Amino acid sequence: MTYADIRTRLASPTTPDGPAYWRSLDELANTEEFQDFVAREFPSQASEFNDPAGRRQFLKLMGASLALAGVSACTRQPEELIVPYVRQPEEVIPGRPIFFATSMTAGGFGMPLLAENHLGRPTKLEGNPQHPASLGATDIFGQAAVLGLYDPDRSRTLRYRGETKTWAGFTTALQAVLNTQRALSGAGLRILTEPLTSPTLVEQLQTLLAALPGAKWHQWDAVYGTVQGGAPTATPLYQFKNADVVVSLDADFLGFGPSSVRYTKDFSSRRRISTPKDQQNRLYVVEPVPTLTGTKAAHRLAVKARDVHGVAAALASAVGVAAPSAGTLTEPVQKVLPVMAKDLMDHRGRSVVVAGPYQPASVHALARAMNEALGNVGSTVVYTAPVASTPADGAASLSALVADMSASKVDVLLVLGGNPVFTTPADIGFSDALAKVGTRIHLGLYYDETAELCDWHVPEAHFLESWGDARSFDGTVSLQQPLIAPLYDGRQAVELLSALNGAPGRSPVELVKDYWTRAFGTGGFTDAVGAPFATVDAFWRATLHEGFIASTSLMREGATLPAAPENSTFEQATSPATGLEVVFRPDPTVLDGRYANNGWLQELPKPLSKLTWDNAVYVSYTTAAAHHLKNEDVIEITSNGRTVKMPVWVMPGTADDVLVVHFGYGRRKAGRVGSNIGADPFVIRTAQAPWFTEGASLVRTGETHPLASTQSHFAMEGRNPVRIVDAAAFEADPSIVKHMGHTPEPGLTLYPPREYNGNKWGMAIDLNACTGCGVCIAACVAENNIPVVGKTQIKRSREMHWIRVDTYFEGDPASPSGTYHQPLPCQQCEDAPCEVVCPVAATVHSAEGLNDMVYNRCVGTRYCSNNCPYKVRRFNFMLYSDFTTPELKAQRNPDVTIRSRGVMEKCTYCVQRINHARIDAKTAERPIADGEIQTACQQACPAEAIVFGDLNMPDSQVSKLAAQDRNYGLLEELGSRPRTTYLAVVRNPNPALPSETPAGTKTSGH
Amino acid sequence: MSQIFPKSANAAVRSSLFAVLTLVLFLGWMGFTLMRSSWLTKQSEYVEQPIQFSHAHHVGGVGLDCRYCHTSVEKSSFAGIPPTKTCINCHSQIWANAPLLEPVRASFRDDTPMKWKRVNDLPDFVYFNHQIHVKQGVGCATCHGRVDKMPLITQATSMLMEWCLDCHRAPEKFLRPRSEVFNMAYEAPANQIELGLRLKKEYNVAGIEHMTSCSVCHR
Repeated sequence: MTYADIRTRLASPTTPDGPAYWRSLDELANTEEFQDFVAREFPSQASEFNDPAGRRQFLKLMGASLALAGVSACTRQPEELIVPYVRQPEEVIPGRPIFFATSMTAGGFGMPLLAENHLGRPTKLEGNPQHPASLGATDIFGQAAVLGLYDPDRSRTLRYRGETKTWAGFTTALQAVLNTQRALSGAGLRILTEPLTSPTLVEQLQTLLAALPGAKWHQWDAVYGTVQGGAPTATPLYQFKNADVVVSLDADFLGFGPSSVRYTKDFSSRRRISTPKDQQNRLYVVEPVPTLTGTKAAHRLAVKARDVHGVAAALASAVGVAAPSAGTLTEPVQKVLPVMAKDLMDHRGRSVVVAGPYQPASVHALARAMNEALGNVGSTVVYTAPVASTPADGAASLSALVADMSASKVDVLLVLGGNPVFTTPADIGFSDALAKVGTRIHLGLYYDETAELCDWHVPEAHFLESWGDARSFDGTVSLQQPLIAPLYDGRQAVELLSALNGAPGRSPVELVKDYWTRAFGTGGFTDAVGAPFATVDAFWRATLHEGFIASTSLMREGATLPAAPENSTFEQATSPATGLEVVFRPDPTVLDGRYANNGWLQELPKPLSKLTWDNAVYVSYTTAAAHHLKNEDVIEITSNGRTVKMPVWVMPGTADDVLVVHFGYGRRKAGRVGSNIGADPFVIRTAQAPWFTEGASLVRTGETHPLASTQSHFAMEGRNPVRIVDAAAFEADPSIVKHMGHTPEPGLTLYPPREYNGNKWGMAIDLNACTGCGVCIAACVAENNIPVVGKTQIKRSREMHWIRVDTYFEGDPASPSGTYHQPLPCQQCEDAPCEVVCPVAATVHSAEGLNDMVYNRCVGTRYCSNNCPYKVRRFNFMLYSDFTTPELKAQRNPDVTIRSRGVMEKCTYCVQRINHARIDAKTAERPIADGEIQTACQQACPAEAIVFGDLNMPDSQVSKLAAQDRNYGLLEELGSRPRTTYLAVVRNPNPALPSETPAGTKTSGH
Repeated sequence: MSQIFPKSANAAVRSSLFAVLTLVLFLGWMGFTLMRSSWLTKQSEYVEQPIQFSHAHHVGGVGLDCRYCHTSVEKSSFAGIPPTKTCINCHSQIWANAPLLEPVRASFRDDTPMKWKRVNDLPDFVYFNHQIHVKQGVGCATCHGRVDKMPLITQATSMLMEWCLDCHRAPEKFLRPRSEVFNMAYEAPANQIELGLRLKKEYNVAGIEHMTSCSVCHR
């Protein structure tokens, strides 16, 4: 493939089958390799088997295995035990899960969860539907966290310089160290935590600092807790429901962060239109890196990270803020900016400007000034005092700590969570300074890089084993309660701090309950309807049950906000620079390496690039062409005098001359899953410029590193599976979506018609709402016991995910004019092509229209998969499920079969959930209500893009969506009559900026 | 050149052809029979338990209801095996010192659960649900046999898929009024089919199409 080829192909009007929307550059170039890849669904096993020696061996083995299969079929079932309780808790009904409200933290902020518990084993996490930060959905980390609990590589023993010790031994040693510090009033004591919002922990730390005034508390988190160019003075809380026009200044508010779930809920509520007349919001995005938020933009400007400031300043001037000069602006920016400003001014009080966490304080100040000037404050955004209780600038805090450590001023360093040896910027030399500390104590989930360099290592309890509390991004106090006793004898930070405060024996529940008992006296807390609690016991029970204190949310109606500090001043915007810019971002799935040992997250395709098991440098198409780079080429990046070698991924939509570097890989001591994969760009990250830096250079090394991306797997050969119209065209002709494809007459089939008299299950997926975050995949993996297969297998197109999210780009790869996401589970065709070709009837139709998959009948011919036009079937080429590791067995959903080798599997609309709901409805002698059954993907989706229900019920949500003008069936021209249907994307470009590729004119080839 | 085989070899060849055919048929019959044999299904097989608990005594003799011990049978897929506490409810008062009951007392004393061996064991890819069967008028004894007459519990039926389908295809052959579900001594009336069809309608039992859909039991 050469870039010239692609350009020619795109420009040429004589390519009749040329795709209007494309998934990968290989597809655009349409090389022979690519055609070959598409033609063979599973490339490395679909070839002809004609090696004579191999054939003989194969027949021998087949004969032997047939004989063995015959023998094994006669084996009696092994004996199983039933182990009942000695004293059964009243609320436990064996066979039925119990749900408990708890929360996990991201950057210290609480992410509310409901944990499904089967006989004491948490198996699946959902969002807390009542909690304002979740409203029932989660992000990918919430879905995958349950695997972390059962990770067999978690630290299990308390160690002193590698030797196993006891907790009692540790607390004795701690007291001895502390006694020395008391004499010095704590002058040599330093505590390093991740960002915290937990009221209990913060109070404990403050007590400690009050008793030992010389001690200091520092904070570091490579992902959430650090800023470049100063921290904003106030915290904004957005109300995207009220915003008609949204401008994002390098803010990925939909894709990442502790507020992303709530913001996606609110934002997408303005995208799920039901009639052509419904008004959508319009999003403008200015960003260096293609993000999920960027893919939802009507107009997107790819600029370098440092140039966002200039664009913000120019926009501020245009909307009437006395902003500093913007410097020179590039031509595309100059074109869009006045239109954007006018749109903002036309929507005073109905618009919002959002600044991203990677931008300096000045950009935040400009955004706030714009919102104030536009009258948005109070309607689409409110500013409040920061919710977190720690300094916002982690890099500054860390630098101060390292300076003290290097000067040998630190006798005792207590690292409470986190892995600073791995995640701290290389230029400040944390590891070297650590060697100068007298006593180093580490509390962590893993015996990791930091634990290795510390004297004491205390295994930390997982959040699902812990009592605790945290505040969500909107201030809501959320409680944490354990779902299981610590599996590996882990301890919590509250226990350790209690020991430091002179009360070593107190249990975590005692400590947390004690704090809230005292807080109740002064808090004036009320419940969700505003009623005060009668007693402290009622308050504690209700809060544990609900998982949060409703009256602490700053986003609820009528909340009194703590006054926000004054806006900070603007700084002069820098003029555009030449040369390469390095932009640092946390890896989308493993963050700073903290989830490196989580196989689900490693295998979850990263948004847009769909890379798995690796990190890469994203470069734009133009930059790649200029430096003669292609995918998988290893380059050496030199930045600020340090170098790192990383493979390249050409990512359409990246700003030119930007190297987007995702950190979080290259862990040495992550565990059996995450160790020694990928490259570690922390070595070029500095404390001064943690998010972007100028003046980098790159050298091609001539090496290549294979990358496993699922982007071109299971391609549907340019049939344009996404339908896209412009809002104006859709309003003019509501039937335009239906006319973009060809729907055959209902009776046009050789098969006898079937009647569905009972429930008729169906699904509708709103492509206009979907942000492509991939939480549906993570939720499906957790619900359906889907195995992890590893990088080698993914390279062979053998990933087992039952639902995938296809990404389609549109336009010139140098600056794609649009990016669209399409979640694709089994379509549950009414005339399913897979069913008729199965020789053993292992896939058959149910009376409710599900396309059932019967694992124990399947003999593995793979005919069904071959005949599936959507490529949604997955085959167990090997024994992917772990049948041996005892820890992992406890994680599995007991309601779903674990599949073995040689068996086909696929989505069945979470039939276990359907069956449970049906049985409960029948027991209660009532019909199944609409919305009673949620599939796992639907439940987790923050955009509410997936709706499941009964198509025979005229009022059901899914029936209404199926009747919409936007509704279409994927590849319905094939006559498969899919039960899963899609709602077309309706773009909402500014009429003043005509799109370069007007949508609504293309037709699908049929 | 003389003949290698004598003429009598013809007979041997013919009979061997017959023998091969017989062998194939025999093997087929073997497979068919073996699969249904009680050796494989474990039907009527006694299983050694930590305590030789007698349902005949507790149900038939004392007259306990099934649900006294199997508490979740009406609300969960699993009928429930009683916790040790349930045994101790009575056996702290009667037979409190019986040597036979020492394992129960030990379990309660040491807080270690009893480990019962499963008698009615379906394969792991089958998701049977007690709740719905009880609700729809399938008597306990229909599947588990006359438990009140079993000193030691055994699997009363083959529990093969064909046995399940026998009822799923025509539930009217087995349904009984909900009030009789836990009645061990219930006898099917002479007009069972008529009664079954009436109950099927009354209890809104699904039709054969649904009841024989794979995903009803396998998932």
